[in-house]
Amino acid sequence: MKRLVPYLILGLLAVGCFSLATVLQARAYGWSRRAQADNILKVLLGDGRRLFANHFFIQADVSFHSGYYPSIFDQARAAQGSRHLTAEEGDPAHEEHEKSMDFLGPPRDWIERFGRHFMVTDHTHLHGDTESEILPWLKISAELDPQKVETYTVAAYWLRKLNKASEAEEFLREGLRNNPNSHEILFELGRLCAEYHHDPARARKMWELGLRKWADQEAAGQKPELFHLDQLAVHLARLEEQEGNLARAIELLQLAIKATPHPEALQRQIEELEQRRAAHSPGASPPAH
Amino acid sequence: MNTIFALANVVIKELCRRKDFYVLFVLTAVLTLLLGSVSFFQDIKVVRYVKEIALLLIWISALVIAIATTARQLPAEREHRTIFPLLAKPVTRGQVILGKFVGCWLACGLALVVFYLFFGVVSGSREHSWPVLNWLQAFWLQWSMLGIVVALVLLGSIVFAAPSSNATICFILVLGILLLGRHLNQVALQQPEPLRSVVYGLYFFIPHLEWYDVRDLIIYDHQLIGWGDCALASLYAGVYAALLLFGAWLLFRRKPLHL
Repeated sequence: MKRLVPYLILGLLAVGCFSLATVLQARAYGWSRRAQADNILKVLLGDGRRLFANHFFIQADVSFHSGYYPSIFDQARAAQGSRHLTAEEGDPAHEEHEKSMDFLGPPRDWIERFGRHFMVTDHTHLHGDTESEILPWLKISAELDPQKVETYTVAAYWLRKLNKASEAEEFLREGLRNNPNSHEILFELGRLCAEYHHDPARARKMWELGLRKWADQEAAGQKPELFHLDQLAVHLARLEEQEGNLARAIELLQLAIKATPHPEALQRQIEELEQRRAAHSPGASPPAH
Repeated sequence: MNTIFALANVVIKELCRRKDFYVLFVLTAVLTLLLGSVSFFQDIKVVRYVKEIALLLIWISALVIAIATTARQLPAEREHRTIFPLLAKPVTRGQVILGKFVGCWLACGLALVVFYLFFGVVSGSREHSWPVLNWLQAFWLQWSMLGIVVALVLLGSIVFAAPSSNATICFILVLGILLLGRHLNQVALQQPEPLRSVVYGLYFFIPHLEWYDVRDLIIYDHQLIGWGDCALASLYAGVYAALLLFGAWLLFRRKPLHL
């Protein structure tokens, strides 16, 4: 019997541990916010993961340029921000980006001249089959910092380009869950509804909500970007125009005029819409044949 | 020459016996395969991130192997007192330095061959293209760079007392050159005189290890580097390695060996 006592104690302790675990495990989730962490990266890195998230977002930009990217020493002369990542050829943002990415300049000495044989010196962008190469970095960046809104919008842009609308929507919805007040994500979701699902009613809801969120942020003094207001208002105006709501379309374009850097084009559109509205109004005379 | 190769052979056998290489290789392989197996947005064509991570791990592993293997060569011989029977063979001190250098460099080359074979298999199987010449250039340039690093660490192992301090200082130096070497001239131009001349002088003096880092050209499928440029870079590495080895020999030939 004496020989059995240690084993019995061991068994008793094991049973005790098991019983306590079943009782405490459910409560442990409520003890700290860390226990509710949705992934291992959050537990391991804490808030420090946001620094890494930025690194991976930049890595996506490096990948977009096939390795041609300014170092911290060249950055004063090179592109800032991420708008060029979603800019189409011919856009002002694209043109500006092309100019600013000429950061290398002529070599200053023979070491620099020779060194350029071993590095990427051509400014190119991903195209065709290689466009999806940007996506892993964006996904990792979003995992590390779910509050970085531009990660979702840039990824959605590229997923749309790659005809992966459902993946884009899923990713944007994940972004919206993490950033419920983001007008940028709502704008992208609206574009998906309008262009891929051909569902103008849902697109309108998204963009209207986006406009409200933008206005709320402005009222709260957060200084949201005027560019986003311009985008939201112009897209919503086009939708209203297609639906025949010309008065609302004019109203939205007038809102966009306050935000756009090129108001002349919008002014012309407003005048055009006003003429059409006048032609369609009940009191208007029929056009002469 | 036979003496040098006999000494080199011992170093290579030591690398095979020790676990450093195996651990680093398994770590590189596991991390690469793990990340390679992740599906991002159900896209199976994505491959560059795997290449990026694999090459980064290869570079880190190769530097660790080169520096750790070289840093312990001479101190271990002195500590175990095997340097005395070695020098009594007779083997000159110059041959010891050269033998250790050749051994470490060849050992790094062997490790790199295994790493690049793994990289080639992973990259080729996912990308369905086999730019072997580009990989060969990347391998050769990295190996040339490791020649300079091995010579630098060998010199350090005569200057510094402990292998740990030598390895740490060499790591910082090599990483510093890899990260900042290319930009030192820009930094110099922003300084007032006489600091500008000092920094610019340093820029010309340091071995430009960053030239040999052609990972971006491999990852983003760029054109081959000119063979003439590769040859010149190899010559540059050879001259720097020779300079550092000569310095190591100058210090070692009069250094007392007892602890």
